[in-house]
Amino acid sequence: MAVRTVAQTTVGETIGPLTLSVARETLVAYAGASGDQNPIHQDEAFAKSVGLPDVIAHGMWTMGAVGSVVEEWAGDGGRVVEFGTRFTKPVVVPQGGGEVEVTGVVKAVDEDAKRATVELTATSEGAKVLGRCIAVVQLD
Amino acid sequence: MAVNADFAGRSYPPSGPYAVDAATLAAFAAAVGSQDPVHTSSEAAQAAGYRDVIAPPTFAVTIAQQCDAVFVQDPEAGIDYTRVVHGEQRFIHHRPITAGDSVVGTLTVDSVREAGGHAMVTTRTELATEAGEALCTSTSTIVIRGGE
Repeated sequence: MAVRTVAQTTVGETIGPLTLSVARETLVAYAGASGDQNPIHQDEAFAKSVGLPDVIAHGMWTMGAVGSVVEEWAGDGGRVVEFGTRFTKPVVVPQGGGEVEVTGVVKAVDEDAKRATVELTATSEGAKVLGRCIAVVQLD
Repeated sequence: MAVNADFAGRSYPPSGPYAVDAATLAAFAAAVGSQDPVHTSSEAAQAAGYRDVIAPPTFAVTIAQQCDAVFVQDPEAGIDYTRVVHGEQRFIHHRPITAGDSVVGTLTVDSVREAGGHAMVTTRTELATEAGEALCTSTSTIVIRGGE
């Protein structure tokens, strides 16, 4: 992948929309990779017993998946130098799987520092699942 | 039991080291749907200027949460983990975490506050190599939902 350059990047340009699929197996894989084995992310009966509508994705899975979108745009995952979000709603993952729709927009480009600030929006079932999701990308 | 506000401002001694290996980074990258070869191919990572494969942007949380354990599992802190939800997360990367790194984490409890019957606790973990090279500042806010 080629690293994105300052010249290629303009304020207001958009990323996506992209639709990410999330299956129960995705959450099992994330649980194993991250060490977060909370059963609300894997066990439907347990999730419902604590008042959730169904199994929900790890917030950090959702953030990580959006991070993968930013990496792709940046051209190198190591260029995502800052990344932050609020978790506003869970992503519900029924037996048949769920979806997250991701869009982004370049909010600022610092030509001296060669850095772009990107605001991401992630929704699932029409609800915003991340709030104030901002990534800073080090450009070439 | 309420969250103990006396913990605000407390810093802990460094914990670790946590060894970072290529297989762990590849598994994490796959789980978050990353296609970027810098996480899976040392040749691709080296071509991009890294020593070896690097971590995806959110991988640091897995180490930071191990560092947090000393605080969140301390009975004196009064955190009921069954009532915890993740409220906010932020990473500032100083250089990518790389396979072969031996990482130490220094935890600080930045704030403990009450709002609307819930408690919000913000912790900050400074991740660095054992040699002292800064890697990542991971800041996490957890919300402990109030009891009925």
